[in-house]
Amino acid sequence: MIESLVIHGLALQRGERVLFRGLQARLSRGEAVALTGANGAGKTSLLRAVAGFIRPAEGEIRFEGADGPLPPDDARRGACHMVGHQDGLKTGRTARDELMFQVRWLGGTEDAALEASRILGLTRLLDLEVRKLSAGQRRRLALARVVAAPRDLWLLDEPMAPLDSAHRALFGELMAEHLGRGGLILAAVHDPLPVAARAVEVAGLGRP
Amino acid sequence: MSAFLILFRRELALAWGRGGGPLLAVGFYAGAVTLLPLSANIDPAHLAAVSVGLSWVCLALASLLSLERLFERDFEDGGLDLLSLGPLPLEVTCLAKVLAQWLTAGAPLAVAAPLAAIALGAPAAVAPLLFAAAALGGLAFSCLGGTGAALALASRRGGLLIAVIVLPLLVPPVIFGGAAVDAFAAGLPWAPGFAFLAAYAAGAVALAPFAMAGACRNALS
Repeated sequence: MIESLVIHGLALQRGERVLFRGLQARLSRGEAVALTGANGAGKTSLLRAVAGFIRPAEGEIRFEGADGPLPPDDARRGACHMVGHQDGLKTGRTARDELMFQVRWLGGTEDAALEASRILGLTRLLDLEVRKLSAGQRRRLALARVVAAPRDLWLLDEPMAPLDSAHRALFGELMAEHLGRGGLILAAVHDPLPVAARAVEVAGLGRP
Repeated sequence: MSAFLILFRRELALAWGRGGGPLLAVGFYAGAVTLLPLSANIDPAHLAAVSVGLSWVCLALASLLSLERLFERDFEDGGLDLLSLGPLPLEVTCLAKVLAQWLTAGAPLAVAAPLAAIALGAPAAVAPLLFAAAALGGLAFSCLGGTGAALALASRRGGLLIAVIVLPLLVPPVIFGGAAVDAFAAGLPWAPGFAFLAAYAAGAVALAPFAMAGACRNALS
């Protein structure tokens, strides 16, 4: 169980370009942090660094458990969800096949997957191929795995962007439930999150 | 069901879904072994002499065919992110992908190899050994090809890179396997060549997952 996520003095670099330096953030159970900042400031890179895909140039990203720091690999593999622009859904397979695989891979059950698809209004879409879904339906399918497989930390990269207003409200409720269960949310957003969230600005150093 | 099996079954389903799974590799193989003798215009006695070597080399090339896309699609559509956040270390995940690839392309090719050799004039007695060598060799080919495919991620013209990286690594198993089966057909001791092939395959299975996982991490970062 992740009690808190600590980002201390973080600097990220992509190639020769330093995106930002000295980023501090702390996220505890039941809290949401909204990452704001201009396009290209490094919000997505920050999320990918927390997920372990990008190695920090300086500083550290620490996952704290109840008894001190958790091994980062275990925390990522057992307690992190990431939803970004690319959802890993294979276009030629049915929504049901893809959802079932993703949920079970991430440690959820098929019943939970069906329940999540019911909540997100996907039940009637499950037998369609993923390529036939609209952008919003596809995003809901990606979010269904987050809802169905219980993991503590949600890393969300503009999760609301393709959703309509009704589903934005619905996902807001789901996020509030997750926070209420002691979950953590770190989301890169341009619009305010529909739950109470602290804002952390990712101030890009800009292009040299 | 364990995470390994969940992933393995998914990879099998994906391999069947894209381009008919084994059919592409086996079709290419059948085409290569039938066209080569037609183009060379050699008499049956000579053809029989090279039948084992011919079937073996075509096998190595055919098994590379489906490997190029092993990681590419997952890399492009974000699937590799999802796989990295799953319960298994990335090394084990890569191994599952390669084994599934071997089962869909390598195993059917191992069945096709003795048939092709016999059709070209090899004695029927070589079939069991050729099957075993093709199955083992196919495992080595899959691991090596998977390593090349992972290294080629995030670079343009990955297919060319795979060929350049992987073809030299294919030379030892091609020599060991071909020599073992040829020696058997000639009534000579064949076990040493086969043992070398098995050792090479074992080494590839043991080392390739680390190389693949490292290359995938590098591509993701």
